[in-house]
Amino acid sequence: MVTYVFLVAAVVAVVFSLVTIAHRNPVVNVLSLAIVFFALSAIYAVVGMDFLAAIQLIVYSGAVLVLFLFVIMLLNIRSVERLGSGRPLQAALGAAAAIAVGVAIVLVIGKQAPTFGSLLPGTGKGTAFAIGRSLMTTHLFPFEFISVLLLAALIGALVLARKEER
Amino acid sequence: MWAEIIVTLIKLAVVIGVLFTTVPIMVWVERRGSALIQDRLGPNRVGPWGLLQPVVDAVKLLTKENLIPEGVNKLFYLLAPAIALVVALSTFIVVPFGSDPGLKLFGHAVNGFIVAPGLNLGILYVFAIASFGVYSIVLAGWSSDNKYSLLGGVRSSAQMISYELAMTIAVVGVLMASSSFRLDTIVTDQAGTWFGFLPRWNVFPQLIGAITFVVAAFAETNRLPFDLPEAEAELVAGYHTEYSSMKFASFFMSEYMNMVTSSALIVILFFGGWTLPGVAAPTGWAGAIFSIVVFSLKVAFFLWFFVWVRWTLPRFRFDQLMGLGWKVMVPLSVLNFVWVGVAMALRIL
Repeated sequence: MVTYVFLVAAVVAVVFSLVTIAHRNPVVNVLSLAIVFFALSAIYAVVGMDFLAAIQLIVYSGAVLVLFLFVIMLLNIRSVERLGSGRPLQAALGAAAAIAVGVAIVLVIGKQAPTFGSLLPGTGKGTAFAIGRSLMTTHLFPFEFISVLLLAALIGALVLARKEER
Repeated sequence: MWAEIIVTLIKLAVVIGVLFTTVPIMVWVERRGSALIQDRLGPNRVGPWGLLQPVVDAVKLLTKENLIPEGVNKLFYLLAPAIALVVALSTFIVVPFGSDPGLKLFGHAVNGFIVAPGLNLGILYVFAIASFGVYSIVLAGWSSDNKYSLLGGVRSSAQMISYELAMTIAVVGVLMASSSFRLDTIVTDQAGTWFGFLPRWNVFPQLIGAITFVVAAFAETNRLPFDLPEAEAELVAGYHTEYSSMKFASFFMSEYMNMVTSSALIVILFFGGWTLPGVAAPTGWAGAIFSIVVFSLKVAFFLWFFVWVRWTLPRFRFDQLMGLGWKVMVPLSVLNFVWVGVAMALRIL
């Protein structure tokens, strides 16, 4: 059951990641990314990380991507010129490099491929209780540090967006 | 195995049936209620008190010409109302609508009056699914190839993000008090009384949280005073200007279903769900039905409240909407959150 759901979700995620980077229409890109996040969320849910699955949807699909859509609609971008058009040499070199890296990854990881089951987190690891506990004990410092970092980003954005008063 | 599937199917049928019947009833309540508030008669020709008016409306919507304007992005144009309906229908499955003292149906435990009893995510699931609701409005606005629709979609995305924040932080207070995401646990946590007379409902210690949640619920369901995405006085009909017949009806129905879900969430999170202190509930099936009736009456009150507010308050301007969201609602919800934390640390709550 877990394996089948994972396989379907993984294929969906990979296919729509490709659509995300390859399609010309920016709205299609954002929506494909939403489908990718949905598939990732399904993978999290099926391996027992249900808290992470919900947060994935709430934060990424619900807030970040809607913000992307907002910007695209506000600027009214209809479609983008295909990148690399008129530069066949660069395109061919890029494709060759990508294939080489892909083959290298498969060769390296394929040597020591773990079985699917061994990658699953133990039961109870993905609950809100477990995550909250580890955030407040083992990872307390990074957790608090990130909040300060985000606050700095927030203030930075406010300063940049503020109109000069004269 | 089969008994479990049948029990779940029955619950599913009840929930979908109730959601679909509430829509025409609410349309009637809305039209008669607005007439009452504005000192008019309202629809009173079809059936007694105009009660059959929604039926006639439904026939009209079903038989209207199915128009797809030229120049629309067809895929997204058709996808948008579908997303709206799917989201509106699927959020309700984690909402418990009655207390279950361990009843059995066909020799199988009922497992609580909730379609998906095993889902520990509860309220998080509702937020996760509801976050897709904004896509339907944004896509409808964008794909219609109409400047008014586009404005409606742009407004909607900004509004949803702003108010979702206040809503989520307001809910955190309740989650802390009950230390569970499960809506049925949140309800049973509110049984009993404080000082012997005050119901143990979250609204009393967390009044600010309740107010922010209700206001945010109005914004999230695009109801007046926050119906900027459709604002018929400025944007024709906003994001659904270019939609006709059942595609328009899908948006229309999902708005009312979202109202039902929001009212149910307000009742569960802040008004004790089906708990009614001071009244001895009967046992067995009678008790279950009693709890469902109590819950439905509370939800009905908030549905009326939605109508009441819509016909009483004027619409906000967009800058006022954003100002209220970010400068009033978010700080207030944070205040509630801090108060609950302090109260829990001092063992008052």
